[in-house]
Order: sequence, then C-alpha cells, then structure tokens
Amino acid sequence: MLEKRLINGNEALGYGALYADCRCYFGYPITPQNEVVEFFARELPKVGGVFVQTESEVSSINMLYGAAATGVRAMTSSSSTGFSLMQEGISTLAASELPCVIADVQRGGPGGGNTQTSQMDYMQVTRGGGNGGYHNIVLSPASVQETFELVQLAFCLADKYRHPVIILTDAIIGQMQEGLELHRLDFGPLPDKKSWALTTVGDHDDPGRFIQNAPGILGSYRDYMIRITKKYQEMTEKEVRYQAGHTEDADLIVVSFGSSARSSLWAYHQARKEGLRVGFIRPITLWPFPTQIIRAAAQHTKKFVVVEDNLGQMLRDVQAAVQDKAEVHLVGIAHRHLVTSSGMIFPKTVLQEVKRLI
Amino acid sequence: MPQIDHPERELLCGGPESYTGLPTMYCPGCHYGTVARVICEAIDELGIKKQAIGVAGVGCHGFMIGTIATDFVFALHGRGPGVATGIKRSQGGKPIVFTIQGDGDLAAIGMGDIINAIGRGEKLTTIFCNNAGYGTTGGQMAPTTLLEQVTTTTPTGRDPQVAGYPIHVAEMLAMLRGTAYSARGALTSRKNYNQTKKFLNLAFQKQMDGIGYGFVEILSACPSTLHMPPNKALKWVEEYMIAEYPLGEFKNVKEIL
Repeated sequence: MLEKRLINGNEALGYGALYADCRCYFGYPITPQNEVVEFFARELPKVGGVFVQTESEVSSINMLYGAAATGVRAMTSSSSTGFSLMQEGISTLAASELPCVIADVQRGGPGGGNTQTSQMDYMQVTRGGGNGGYHNIVLSPASVQETFELVQLAFCLADKYRHPVIILTDAIIGQMQEGLELHRLDFGPLPDKKSWALTTVGDHDDPGRFIQNAPGILGSYRDYMIRITKKYQEMTEKEVRYQAGHTEDADLIVVSFGSSARSSLWAYHQARKEGLRVGFIRPITLWPFPTQIIRAAAQHTKKFVVVEDNLGQMLRDVQAAVQDKAEVHLVGIAHRHLVTSSGMIFPKTVLQEVKRLI
Repeated sequence: MPQIDHPERELLCGGPESYTGLPTMYCPGCHYGTVARVICEAIDELGIKKQAIGVAGVGCHGFMIGTIATDFVFALHGRGPGVATGIKRSQGGKPIVFTIQGDGDLAAIGMGDIINAIGRGEKLTTIFCNNAGYGTTGGQMAPTTLLEQVTTTTPTGRDPQVAGYPIHVAEMLAMLRGTAYSARGALTSRKNYNQTKKFLNLAFQKQMDGIGYGFVEILSACPSTLHMPPNKALKWVEEYMIAEYPLGEFKNVKEIL
C-alpha cells in the first residue's frame, strides 16, 4: 500500500532523495529552503546516512564533489544566492563528470533580492551558471508529487550520464503543502560506478585513480571536448520532457514552467471550458529545452504566451524555438498582483491576458 | 616502484613503494619533489597506501597527484578540506584521507575551509607546503611571504603597512580544539627531512586512531621565483624562513576533551 503524506515541496525533495537511496547530504541554511536542510539532519541518521551542515555553500558543493568522487549518491540544495556561490563547484562537477544532484529553491533576485518566490534563475541554470560552457540537465517540478518523483529521476539521469543534475523549484513549490504518495520509481539498470569511483588502491586494481577537474591539464583536451559535446547531444536527443495539451488545435499556446505553470494550467483549462482554442506546454526539462514541440506548434499556432515569474528568461528559448513564425508575448513579473515581494502571478491574471491576446 | 628487471643487478636503493615512478613536473631545485618523496615514505612506513585517498589543490603542489600512487582528487583552489570531508564521511570514515595544499591554496583562498574542517572535528591529515610565495603563477606574494621579501606583487619588498604580516599557520591551527597534531618541518638537511617524516607519521596516525585533525607544515624552497640557484634557495629557507617560522611540534595530544 502506498504511504501518503501531507507535506511541502522542500520535504518532498528530501523524501525523493531517500527513495533514490541518496545517503549523503551537505547543506547550509538559506530561506526558503531551510526545510530541506532540516529534513536531512533529521532523517539521514535514521538510515545510516551522512548529514553535514557546512560553513558555506562553497563548502557544500565541494563536499558533494568529494562524496560523488567515491561513487555514492549524494546531493546538496540551496536557494538563488547560495546557489550562485556553488557555480565554480558545479562547473567542476560537470568537468569531472561526477554524478550528483543539486536543488535550487529559487528566491527573488538579483543579489539578495528577497526571501520569497521568483523564477529568476532560469538563465543561470539552463546556460550552465559557472565558467566553461557546460550543460546540466535541469528538471522543473510543478507540484509536491512531481518534486518527489523528479528527484528520483535526477539521480537516475546523473548516474546514466555521469553528470550533475539540477532540480529547479521555487519558494511556492518548496513551501506549499500538498498530498504526496510515497513510492519508489524504477528506472531500470544503470552504469556501474566501480570502474571509476575512488575507493582506494586496496579496493580496486588500478595503480591509482584520479578525478580530474581540469580536463585541459592532463590528456587530450580536444578529445575531451568532443566527447563531452557528444554527451550533451545525446542528452538533447533523449532527455527532453514536457507536458502538453491541445498543441495541435490552438490559436494561442501558453508556455510556462514550475510554480507559474500551476497558474497557467488553471487558465488553460478555464479558457478551454469557455470554448477558447488555447493550448498548453510545460517544459519539465528546462535544459534540454523542448524546442521541437514548440517549433512544430508554431507551424499552425500564431501566438504564444510565456508565463514566468521573472523579466523574461524562458521567453528567449521560446522565441528561438518559434523562429519568427509566431508572436511571443510575456506574462512576467510586471503582472504580479502586488508591488511588494509578496506579489504573485495569479491564475485569473493569466486568463485575462490569454483572452486579451487571443 | 621500486623495481629492477636485470638478473645480475641487485637493487640497493630506489624510490618509495608508493611512488608512481613518473618524473616530477618541478623546476630544478624545487623542494616539492622532496615533499612528495617524504609523503611517500611516510605512507610506506605506515603501510597505508591501499587505504589512502589524496586531495590535491591548485598550485605546484597539485602535481604531486602524478607522484604519489594513491587515489587522488583534484580539488578546487582552497577547497581540499571540504572535498576530503565528503570523501571521508561518504565512505563511513574508512579511507585515510589527506590533503596537500600550498600557501595560496590553504592560507589565502582556503583558510576558512581548513579552520571549519578542524572545527567540525574531521579526522583528516593536511600537508601544507609553505614556500613563501605563489610559484605556479610566477612569484606573487602569499600570506606566508616574509617581511621585506621581494615578489612580483611586492616589488619593493613586503611592507607590513601595505601588505600585512606573515601568517603562522601551524601555530594558529594548534589553537583549535579539533586539532590533534600540528607541527612544522623543513627539508633543508637530512636531520630536518627525518624530523618532517616523523611529523607526517604522527599526523597520519592521529587520523588513523580517530583522535582528530593532523597538520604538518613543510617549509620549501622555490628557486625559480626567488631567482636563486637551488643551493642558495635552500640556504634562504634555512636563514630566513626558519627564523620566521620555527620548526617543531605545536600540538600533540592523545585525546581531545
């Protein structure tokens, strides 16, 4: 029988990691993701896991690097400003091809911004964020249940590609309470880590392994770049995920991710009830981006509305996908119901804009 | 290493067991090759090669990754103690984890990392290579640069009014409760070499016995950035560095209360 809980998205991150057999977490407190740190501090010792409260996000990501080098499933989490502090480390994890999971529960930016919600880290996570032009798969849940499931998927994809995977949520997804069905997802067999994990010379037969974070210092840099580019191509071909409705039969399509997609989904359903030919696309992977479904839809749909709680970031990816074949409008932070940091893009606002633009 | 493949020749001396056999990447007269050797010898004497994982930082010391035949992780600049924590803890405390860090890596960009690792009570060992300057990047000032020492960023000599004072890391870390062992050695003579090896043995032993953090600072010569021939660089360490940074043990406890 499935176990059911009423919990928030931050704790769902924790449960997802436990159900994925993650046994190492390194984290530093920052609002609005403190429940994640507290969850692991409480739960990991019960299952023989490792929890370390670090002295900084810089330290969190570097402990994660050490743990991932030994082949165990490990993760960290933070929120926007703290996530920014991790960028050098995330670039290093990508360069070293170490599987791990990093969650960013977004708060307002830029800088310290505010402690409440926003979706302003889209560009940072989808373009890499650190130096060197790497890519990480970015998973964007829109509910507590989906957070729980995508964390499990994240560990699978990390192991599959030997690469860091980012979970991008925000203060709304992280703080809201929803019903959660706890169940373990099975993704089938994954590559064995024994061929590369650092477990001491006494444990494996190699004369001394090393994890190299600077691929250009030893070995062939060009071959490395070619190989890593092929990996990114493979991710782009195989790992695109999205939710879509009525994309074949729409005069206007709403494109939205994460918490904004919850407002957008209601507006889409309501518009359809009212007989409006409105479609809906919710990218679940923000990188790789579902370019093809949007490009295909732009052959017959001439208007797109991007709903995101920022100044227009995913907007650029949608514009690139439609290739000037359709208009692309933004419902962004200017559409929040309050001028203070407590403002949100309400479902009725999205519906109003859809009706105005269609 | 060591090995000999000639039937009529007997091996009289050779490299340590845990030496990879690869040439070092250091400039003539650099002490870092000797630092690598003394670490290898300590690892051999303790018989821990098969249980050890090293963490190298950014700087010339990082090239020891190719010299010491244990598993190794290249850490980001200054982050060795954090990476070592991740390795040690994720493996249930089993492996013997050591970091090798230079004076820029540990005393400048990574000072917070080592202090907090000791503060958390980690059971790790750190070998701190102090050559009083930045070698890899061409001879700039480090936190350990001596007063009046000329570097490319203190072209008229380190003036304390502008560039501050040398940091005595071994003494400073000895003050932390989580430190079980802290010492400073040099490699300028056979006597100093042997003493440094003894310090390293003890610093590893504190980790192996689960007592606390083990730390050894090793004074080293960088002839290239001192613009001195190797013999003069060695004399410079003896005359000036040891005068500023006294050799010896600053902490050695059997248990931390």
